[in-house]
Amino acid sequence: MRSGMTAGLAVTALVLTACGSGPDTEQTLRVGAAASLQEPFEEIAEDYEAENRHVTVELQFAGSSDLAAQISNGAEVDVFASADEETMERVSADVAGEPTVFATNTLTIVTEPGNPRDISGLADLEDVTLDVVTCAPQVPCGRSAEDLAEARGVMLTPVSEESRVTDVLAKVTSGEADAGLVYVTDAAGAGKDVATVPIRDADAQPNRYPIAVLTSAPSDEAQAFVDAVTGSRGQRILDDHGFGLP
Amino acid sequence: MRPPAWLWLPASGAVLLVVVPLLGLVAEVEPDRLPELLTTQASIDALLLSLRTASAATVVSLLLGTPLALLLARGRWPGQSLLRALVLVPLVLPPVVGGLALLFTFGRRGLIGQHLEAAGLSISFSTTAVVLAQSFVALPFLVLSLEGAVRGLGRRHEEVAATLGAGPWRRLTHVTLPLVAPGLVSGCVLAFARALGEFGATLTFAGSAQGRTRTLPLEIYLQRESDPDAAVALALVLVVLATVIVGTVYARTVRPEPAA
Repeated sequence: MRSGMTAGLAVTALVLTACGSGPDTEQTLRVGAAASLQEPFEEIAEDYEAENRHVTVELQFAGSSDLAAQISNGAEVDVFASADEETMERVSADVAGEPTVFATNTLTIVTEPGNPRDISGLADLEDVTLDVVTCAPQVPCGRSAEDLAEARGVMLTPVSEESRVTDVLAKVTSGEADAGLVYVTDAAGAGKDVATVPIRDADAQPNRYPIAVLTSAPSDEAQAFVDAVTGSRGQRILDDHGFGLP
Repeated sequence: MRPPAWLWLPASGAVLLVVVPLLGLVAEVEPDRLPELLTTQASIDALLLSLRTASAATVVSLLLGTPLALLLARGRWPGQSLLRALVLVPLVLPPVVGGLALLFTFGRRGLIGQHLEAAGLSISFSTTAVVLAQSFVALPFLVLSLEGAVRGLGRRHEEVAATLGAGPWRRLTHVTLPLVAPGLVSGCVLAFARALGEFGATLTFAGSAQGRTRTLPLEIYLQRESDPDAAVALALVLVVLATVIVGTVYARTVRPEPAA
């Protein structure tokens, strides 16, 4: 597929040169971003494209670890935004310059709408008659959940440890689980399908999202996209979607 | 009869398409670390759980699928083709759709699940849910192979048995089933192998808890996030298991045509 894309680009470039469309040739900027960033990044990319008319942003959303693995295996990505610093660390060999933390996220409890089991905080999740679902400790949201529970001296015994935060949310919205630990942004995205029970002082241990230009394409365009995310407008969009700002 | 020689060209393409990615996987394995990676408690739990649930799913498929396959192959009744189509649907469904279907049926608020829940029976997050998910995807494999075997048999033997006074049950147990035994075995094995590889429906429906619902494919998926080497090692186990299982059955049931 990549060769097809390259061929397509080559043809586009040829046509553009033939037309003599000036010095700005069409460019594609490939951005790999954590799945939780989908909505804000789509907005930021739209803004960016409006200001950089010669660039098409190609967004790819997946689990941070998925993306990191693809990058390590040679995927051509220009900019990478990860859900935690540990995952960014894994591709450090492919990063040009220093990653910048541009957003934070914290965990919250979600329950069925109306909170029928009357959960008021993290300690209530110790109740063994509750079906509690969390992320597995191997993934960012699970690491956060584990750290948080440990810091509060709460013993969680989840009935299921999911690989993705969206799977935790799905178990709660479908009514299979009584409660789950997800990011505040996921809870906000779920709207009326869940009730949100904030965890006191959870933002003392936030997840930090870093973004970086990768060595495969240290272009001005890639840096400009990072600037768009870390700039005031990008930060406002992230804020609108419930992210904390560094 | 010998097929045209040029068929080897596209055929080798087919072999490469399937075999080379498997070699790619094997090449990624670090042999020195294999023992260490495969003997973690999580790996052992996942492997044992997978073997247990896939066996259970095979038994379920056998008990429910055999009668269905016989009726589909031999019976003549209204709605037969529609039913056959429906039973085969899980073969082509995206796994997550199967998971959703199970969720809306056996989940806590599901069609049947809500009544079970009221009776104090909860399937969600249990090993039963895994077996259900695996049976859902594995059953069509058994039905398909067995139905094909029974149809391929023709009716001659049964008719002879009937003229000799054998009733329907005796014809079934003494004539039909022994004759289709290879088809039954290969159906079971395919069902077992499919159950072993089940992923999407389990993840959607049963969840992922070590020793209870986290089967080998789910463990691979999870390990890939934090320890890709462990994921590759476990993936190798799954590939070897599948190859051995499918290989032994086909070696026994698909004999080459005798040379003329």
